Amino acid sequence: MKRLHPDLSLLFLFGFFTLFSNVCSDLVISKLDRQIDLSSQIVRFTTSLKLENNGAEAVSKVLLPYPENQGKNLAFLSVTVTEGKGKTKTSSDRLHVDVVHPEGMPPSLTWYAVSLPKELSKGGSLTLEVKAVFTHLLTLFPEKITQAEAQLVAFQDSAHYLSPYAVKIQSLTVKLPEPKVESYTKLENTKFSGSEIKYGPYENIPPFSLPTIIVHFVSNKPFSVAQELVREIEVSHWGNVQVTENYNLIHAGAELKGVFSRLDYQERPHVRGASALSSLVARLPARAHSIYYRDDIGNISTSNVYSDSAKTLLEIEPRYPMFGGWRTAFTIGYGLPLQDFLFKSQGKRFLDITFGCPMNDIVIENLFVKVVLPEGSKDISVVAPFPTKETRETKLSHLDIAGRPVIVLEKKNVVPEHNKKFQVYYRFSSFSLLREPLMLVFGFFLFFVACIVYVHADFTISKSSPSYIAKLQWDEVQTAVQQFQNIMNCVLVIHDKLDASLRDLSRTGDVQACKAARKNADAFLKELTKELKPLSAFLQSSPQALQIVPKVDELVIKEKELQEKLMLKHSMVVDSYEKKSGGRDIDNRVTAVQQKITLLRQEVDDLLEVIDEI
Amino acid sequence: MAAQETSQSAIFRHAFGNVLSFTVLLLIGVMAFSIRLFSVIKYESVIHEFDPYFNYRVTQFLTKSGVYDFWNWFDDRTWYPLGRVIGGTVYPGLTLTAGTLWRILNSINIPLSVETVCVFTAPVFSAFASWATYLLTKEIKGAGAGLTAAALLAMVPSYISRSVAGSYDNEAVAIFALIFTFYLYIKTLNTGSLFYATLNAIAYFYMVCSWGGYTFIINLIPMHVLLCIVTGRYSPRLYIAYAPLVVLGTLLAALVPVVGFNAVMTSEHFASFLVFIIIHVVALVYYIKGILTPQMFKVAVTLVVSVGMVLCFAVLAVLIALVASSPTKGWSGRSLSLLDPTYASKYIPIIASVSEHQPPTWPSYFMDINVLAFLVPAGIIACFLPLSDASSFAVLYIVTSVYFSGVMVRLMLVLAPAACIMSGIALSEAFDVFTRSIKFHLVGTTQNPQENAGDATKVTQNDVKSEKSEDTVKERSSRKSKKKDKENIEKPSLVSRVEKRLLVLPLETSVMAVFLVVLLGAFYVVHCVWAAAEAYSAPSIVLTSRSHDGLHVFDDFREAYAWLSHNTEVDDKVASWWDYGYQTTAMANRTVIVDNNTWNNTHIATVGTALSSPEKAAWDIFNSLDVKYVLVVFGGLVGYPSDDINKFLWMVRIGGGVFPHIKEPDYLRDGQYRIDSQATPTMLNCLMYKLSYYRFVETDGRGYDKVRNTEIGKKHFKLNHFEEVFTTHHWMVRIYKLKSPRNRIRGKTKRSKSQKSGTSKRSTRKKNPWQ
Repeated sequence: MKRLHPDLSLLFLFGFFTLFSNVCSDLVISKLDRQIDLSSQIVRFTTSLKLENNGAEAVSKVLLPYPENQGKNLAFLSVTVTEGKGKTKTSSDRLHVDVVHPEGMPPSLTWYAVSLPKELSKGGSLTLEVKAVFTHLLTLFPEKITQAEAQLVAFQDSAHYLSPYAVKIQSLTVKLPEPKVESYTKLENTKFSGSEIKYGPYENIPPFSLPTIIVHFVSNKPFSVAQELVREIEVSHWGNVQVTENYNLIHAGAELKGVFSRLDYQERPHVRGASALSSLVARLPARAHSIYYRDDIGNISTSNVYSDSAKTLLEIEPRYPMFGGWRTAFTIGYGLPLQDFLFKSQGKRFLDITFGCPMNDIVIENLFVKVVLPEGSKDISVVAPFPTKETRETKLSHLDIAGRPVIVLEKKNVVPEHNKKFQVYYRFSSFSLLREPLMLVFGFFLFFVACIVYVHADFTISKSSPSYIAKLQWDEVQTAVQQFQNIMNCVLVIHDKLDASLRDLSRTGDVQACKAARKNADAFLKELTKELKPLSAFLQSSPQALQIVPKVDELVIKEKELQEKLMLKHSMVVDSYEKKSGGRDIDNRVTAVQQKITLLRQEVDDLLEVIDEI
Repeated sequence: MAAQETSQSAIFRHAFGNVLSFTVLLLIGVMAFSIRLFSVIKYESVIHEFDPYFNYRVTQFLTKSGVYDFWNWFDDRTWYPLGRVIGGTVYPGLTLTAGTLWRILNSINIPLSVETVCVFTAPVFSAFASWATYLLTKEIKGAGAGLTAAALLAMVPSYISRSVAGSYDNEAVAIFALIFTFYLYIKTLNTGSLFYATLNAIAYFYMVCSWGGYTFIINLIPMHVLLCIVTGRYSPRLYIAYAPLVVLGTLLAALVPVVGFNAVMTSEHFASFLVFIIIHVVALVYYIKGILTPQMFKVAVTLVVSVGMVLCFAVLAVLIALVASSPTKGWSGRSLSLLDPTYASKYIPIIASVSEHQPPTWPSYFMDINVLAFLVPAGIIACFLPLSDASSFAVLYIVTSVYFSGVMVRLMLVLAPAACIMSGIALSEAFDVFTRSIKFHLVGTTQNPQENAGDATKVTQNDVKSEKSEDTVKERSSRKSKKKDKENIEKPSLVSRVEKRLLVLPLETSVMAVFLVVLLGAFYVVHCVWAAAEAYSAPSIVLTSRSHDGLHVFDDFREAYAWLSHNTEVDDKVASWWDYGYQTTAMANRTVIVDNNTWNNTHIATVGTALSSPEKAAWDIFNSLDVKYVLVVFGGLVGYPSDDINKFLWMVRIGGGVFPHIKEPDYLRDGQYRIDSQATPTMLNCLMYKLSYYRFVETDGRGYDKVRNTEIGKKHFKLNHFEEVFTTHHWMVRIYKLKSPRNRIRGKTKRSKSQKSGTSKRSTRKKNPWQ
């Protein structure tokens, strides 16, 4: 089993540095106050140093060394100058910090040089506040726990401030998440109260003096680490900024050993699963809309949104409670109103949006921020508050031709302190907005034109091919037959009219009117017969009409017969009326003719139907 | 001049009709698409159920690796350790369709995900299917019937149940292919065009690619051809419609790997070849009849018949020999169960265990085709007035599909288009009659004032009124007045010609009838929307329930699959009953032992045996299969009825079918399946019981199972060879890990002890086929 032991290298360094202790002795730290916040997996050091220049020369740089394990896990460092005390305390902007490699110093230390805003002259003094944020600084001990056990972690640092300068008075406060401590190193002046451990004050400590302290304590906060987070911010000038965040999350706390019992977890979630990650809260900008939360296999239903005028809170639960070592992957996405994030300055547009992830207490090992600008954006430049690795891509999306420019910003070890706004400047003409709708309009227009052309144009390859000619002829025949039918119908209508006039006669006895009708009908019929002639001639001449011609001829003959009979009947009736014969007499005379007429009419109708079907 | 004008107006009317029907068709397509989106709106855009997950996974592979890799894909994530040759055992139509859609969309820069394309394939194709129905019915009975049938098909519940958004299954595209093939067949039959015959073969090829149901086509069309020949309707058009289909279709079908030589070697296809021979004989006879004189023909007939009989017997004998030589008599199990509905339940429990292979109940007919069931007879009658080649096909289609749907619930899907076509014809004919009667009466009355202005017609109209009793005269005069009308107001002449033959119903009756028919249609629409929204939209991987405090979501399946996918090793093997195989491979990306493909009965029986064995024996079987996790579905806590305990008897039966030491009666107390204190010790000690109810009693103190509505029989027990690693929020999925063999020395002593007893070792070996 692994034992918890102090880092020997630190002790070794201690001896090593005494040799070089006079290197930077011009500066003296007259008062130093250190606070280490261990309440979550992200360790935050807040150090305030009061510097005095005892040397002859003015000093413009202050060196801040960090031991190896801290140096490589340092995620965020900010140094400010503070003036005044208590309520009147003001702090300046962040000072410029560089990584330096001073000569003669061991390479295992990471050195940062703070450039002071103005040189510190002899005898002058200055208070600096250094905020350093570390990830992965806590050691899990034990590394594997069961569901019922609490998660224990160890933290190790020196009780004294690691500095190349002599420190007159210094103190250290370690803040723990819970007032439960397994063990802690007891030095002189050590005080444990509540959830805080205080070391010091210590006076007149020479540079590089490093007594190690180890705190072993209960930390049940889940260690949620996003091994990769890809944030895609897509700007649409139609009024939307779409943010899509792909998380690849792991609970980096003590691994779950043995079984996971849902029963135990449901009965006492705070005891049997104290360190489990059951929910995350994302703090999204106000007026975020169309929020979704899903993964590869679909929507995850365990989420809630609370919104007010200042922010939108999205509370999400992973599909399953995450115990140590368990992983998950999911995507959240939301739309933001464009006018809240896109501004104009000096003819350029700029997007002003936060860099990091909207969730607190998540450490992101690899963060990719992709800003997708609309197609046709030019002169793109990025202003970020901290160094990032920048690359360019293009992305092809809806209705794109050249692709949209994508700026990819990459950063490792991201903590909530990085959640600052960054700016992307670019030029984009408003006319380009209309390009895509116009493209659509034009496309549909072309499509309809093509349809019209297709319908109207004749795509026959060979105009002389027999089938084509046959088709043309068939069309002609069809129109002829249709005309023929029309005429026939007209004729039949005239017949009906004649019949009607006869009936009129029987009612009113107006012979003159009946005669007039007869005359009228005669004239019409003649005209129609004339019209009929060229048609039947055409049909007879056309080879396509072979099957139709006999029917047509038959119809013409039958119709003629019918007409004759009808005329006969008509004249008979009129005659009888003129002779004032009795109604019964007329009926007797007409019956024979009438029977024939009905028969013929039937035949004509049948024929017409047959032709109609052709 | 008048004639010219009328022809112009006819053209105008024609164009207007075309535009109108185009618009109606477009709207029908939109409706068919959007009625299937209830699942997306009520739930989410997600793949449904079991088989669609497999298809989705195959499509993902296809889009990632390309077509050639797809044909050669050997899937080692399933049927461990056997694997499965996906490219050769899957109907590729659906996958290729969705893959092509995805590729096209991406090539024109519409970056839809594969999942989205898969989810919406079925609704898109149901719009296509309704258009194909329009075409088919138009060929049979005209455009009006076509539009009605298309509208009916767009929302028929039976089809919706298989094609809601997310239901990414073969049937989704196959129904379109089926209807379209039939349309092209009828089109060829009506036109005699070789062009359509070729298209028909291609459509048939697409159908073969898409669904095993293609055998329905290749049996129905020959039946129809035979019917035509027998009823003396043989024509060259029939020959053109059939012969190229058989030749080209069979060649093309043999190109599909999953069919291959089955296209010529299994009995399902023999009918088509037989009819192919018959149609040639008939064609020859007709040809000879054409060139010979009647006397000579008689002589020839006697000659040919005598020779032909001999030949036919010879061919028949060969066929019978061929069929008899194959073990299942040349018929696959599923097809056999079509002919003999009791076949499957008698011989193949694995087919019988699937609920969609059961015969349907009467309510399911009403649920699935609703009022269409009552309209179908009317449609059949309409098809006989007059009977054409096309309408006889429709009749044959409905009759056969009614039979098949009676055998298997799943084939209700084939019945649905036929029912829609028939009902479309019936409704359209009914509307035709009623509206014509109404129009006739309305025209009769409204035109009176108009005609007053005219000269002689006034009398006629009066006559019409006076002689109401005489129907024929009335018609005549109406025609007369209409003709008059045409002359004056330039109405087309052709339409009215047909009218006179038909009976005209009284105005009140026809108005009432139209009202009732519309009411019937409205009822159908309401039912369909209800079915689409409530009954058929559930994706079944996520369940919801409504209680007094709002909607409750049960997302346990995905919770379990997500856990498996993120928190187990990539190569871990997961054992579960075969129902969950496809989902596990697709969602959790873990190797499974058996899945829904059910191609290897022995393998499934092995898993069934393991689940119905006591813990140690089960551990041995699973361990020999390299299984690391066992997944069971348990609904007892929340009352989810289709869980593993309810399916358990099938596991016993299927397991017992191969390994006889598993006996169904051991699990039944007096023929009853129970898990309460009356249950048999075999039941209470089997792995399935233990994994389902492990620590269940601690939830409420007495172990009350909400599905079986009883307290469980054995409440407190420990697992020795398995350990619980994950249980989902509602306990619906429980995942156990096989404990690694504990202590070698103790195991050795045990073994030496058991060797003393002698027989037990042999029996364990027998129990486990993988050692």
